[in-house]
Amino acid sequence: MRYIRPSSLEDAIGLLAQATGKASILAGGSDLLVKMKGGFIEPDLIIDIKAIDALGHIRESDDGFVIGAAVPCAVLGENAALRRAWPGVVEGAKLIGSKQVQGRCTIVGNLCNASPAADSVPALVAAGAKALIRGPDGSRTVAVEMVPVGPGKTSLLPGEIIESILLDKRLPNSGDAYMRFTPRTEMDIAVVSAAIYLTLDDQGIVQFARVALGAAAPTVLVVEEAAEILIGSRVDDGTLERLAQACSAACRPIDDKRGTIEFRKKLRVCWPSGSRSPPINVQDRNDGRHSSFDDN
Amino acid sequence: MTASEIGGGFGGKTHVWAEPVALALSRKAGRPVKLVMTRDEVFRASGPTSATSIDVKIGALKDGTIVAADATLRYSCGPYTGAWAETGAMTAFACYKLENVRTVGYEVLVNRPKTAAYRAPSAPMAAFAVESAIDELAKKVGMDAVDFRIRNAAQEGTRSSYGPVYGPIGIGPTLEAVKNHPHMKAPLGKNQGRGMACGFWFNFGGQTCVDLNIGMDGTISLAVGTVDVGGSRASLSLVAAEELGIDYSHVRAVIADTSSLGFNDMTDGSRGTFSSSMATISAARNAIKTLRERAAQMWDIPVEDVAWEKGQAVAKGDSHGNLPNLPLKEIAAASGTTGGPIAGHSELVADGAGVSFATHICDIEVDPETGATKVLRYTVVQDAGKAVHPTYVEGQYQGGAAQGIGWALNEEYIYGTDGRLQNAGFLDYRIPVCSDLPMIDTQILEIPNPNHPYGVRGVGETSIVPPLAAVANAVSNAVGVRMQHIPMSPPRILAALEA
Repeated sequence: MRYIRPSSLEDAIGLLAQATGKASILAGGSDLLVKMKGGFIEPDLIIDIKAIDALGHIRESDDGFVIGAAVPCAVLGENAALRRAWPGVVEGAKLIGSKQVQGRCTIVGNLCNASPAADSVPALVAAGAKALIRGPDGSRTVAVEMVPVGPGKTSLLPGEIIESILLDKRLPNSGDAYMRFTPRTEMDIAVVSAAIYLTLDDQGIVQFARVALGAAAPTVLVVEEAAEILIGSRVDDGTLERLAQACSAACRPIDDKRGTIEFRKKLRVCWPSGSRSPPINVQDRNDGRHSSFDDN
Repeated sequence: MTASEIGGGFGGKTHVWAEPVALALSRKAGRPVKLVMTRDEVFRASGPTSATSIDVKIGALKDGTIVAADATLRYSCGPYTGAWAETGAMTAFACYKLENVRTVGYEVLVNRPKTAAYRAPSAPMAAFAVESAIDELAKKVGMDAVDFRIRNAAQEGTRSSYGPVYGPIGIGPTLEAVKNHPHMKAPLGKNQGRGMACGFWFNFGGQTCVDLNIGMDGTISLAVGTVDVGGSRASLSLVAAEELGIDYSHVRAVIADTSSLGFNDMTDGSRGTFSSSMATISAARNAIKTLRERAAQMWDIPVEDVAWEKGQAVAKGDSHGNLPNLPLKEIAAASGTTGGPIAGHSELVADGAGVSFATHICDIEVDPETGATKVLRYTVVQDAGKAVHPTYVEGQYQGGAAQGIGWALNEEYIYGTDGRLQNAGFLDYRIPVCSDLPMIDTQILEIPNPNHPYGVRGVGETSIVPPLAAVANAVSNAVGVRMQHIPMSPPRILAALEA
């Protein structure tokens, strides 16, 4: 096994494109090293991207945010501007594993690991995040939900690396949130999860909505019907009930050690809490920690 | 065998696993052999406690007097028999005064991993079944759950359900303490329930050796043969200091290896502090006898006239009135000229381990939409006989409660249809993390064990016996449905609510 730590993205892409055996990219290693230790994979080449300066930063521009592929999730939580703009995205990233794991793991790694239960992906999907992909034939930008195509499988072509995640500037009267259900309060994996992004008009009526469910299908599920139910509403109890039904109907979960189909369908989509008491059925044991909707 | 720091014991380390393989390899290679199990291997190969299925039948008069109790207990054993059903059957009704009682235990051989000891092995499951039934019966006769138990609690002189006649015991006092505890009177909110339950463990004594060496500088080195799994070195140093009448900081306890002491039983049955404190007291008293002899020699008076008080030799009698006391340190410093090094030894069988009882209170909130639970408040009341080191005793109470709560709510071995374990790791075998639990309150009762010089009883295991039932009673009271299956995981609670 070879371990290489290139200092430029071009070098990394070159190495990846020329690799003959199994090549893996190492950022935080919270998936790769665990899989290697467990004997599930044995790469011939490991390309550590942490020394590539361009991948190690969060940049804010007039267009929004660019989050480098090697930025640890804990650093997302330290970025006040990002936290203000995309609290749901940051929340999802900060729920992965434990504090120690968050110091290493990355949202790009979480995306490319392609687990249906990935905590940071539903919020990225709901937020309309894009992945900037670089490869031997140039670069392309795709919606993040296009990256995982099934458990453990991505649409990345040979030699391609995700350079960064792109998030737009948040629009006025908009907010996002992520919630998950786990039997434990932390250090756990979502049995089901949900993320939502909303834009309201001046009268408090929903103009735009995006709802994404995690661990409810082989990949993160965008529930168009749920968004349609929300748009034009004031998010009253009746709307929430129809929203929950739409999500239950749309999800295609499996039976596994973390939950049954029946249980997963029953756990209804969460809702970012305002002053009312909406039916937040995905449990929030941290007293509003997950409730990150605000409409400044 | 060289003892090393073991962390927790909990019974799972009282078995021989693959060590003989390492021994054989070492013999063959003439080199040290290290044996390491991965976490995955520990889960698959080191053995869980038994899975159980238990039927309980208890009859009571309208006035709340239990007249008969019967239980059939089935313990899975993997492919080999052990003694798992026996301890379950023996402990099941141990808290109660029963004229007519029958327990039948079965060991069920299954194609699953071999079972191993786990803290008060087999008792928590039996208590789960019995204490659940006791709660239901109390409701049926219209009595408060605590009052019903007080009425039927075993007492001194009661013939226990497993045979022996009890001496002074703590079941009644723990129940009275619970009845008067502010926790029992605290208000409950919506979707919240309170449960309480009792538990019993025998405790064990066993073969024990201690060496107590007095250095030339008057410090004490205590060599102990029971591996420290819960703070026993500190407790035993306290005991040695107490006996000798010196400061705790002058005593240092070490766990000696097998070639440094005589035979010691392993640390199990909550025997560490109980048995080794008995031997420490005996060793210290032997040392004091020598210290008095040396003082008598230094003073040139009869040893009968030398008393040991507050760490010093004191000359008694009118004719020796003017002799200043001889502190231990001075006697130790002079020992080279009075007959050599001073030590006390003890080798004994620590008979008379006092049985131990506990009563726990648990408040739970259940989310009726998801079946998720949150432990709001938890109180442990347990008889320690004598709490030598109260904070370590408290730690044992809290640790047992935490393990029991995890067992009750989420811990589960999940097997696939192919019979293979699917959750061989701590991500999916969910023991509670810190944020899952409230601070666990404790109340230490001290009903002395007459067989120990200080009244000590073992405290390590009893604390895991009541939680399964206490949590189940709390959940059942919160949701209005009797929970008969553990763990009470969210899907299972939701299914019970919708049944």
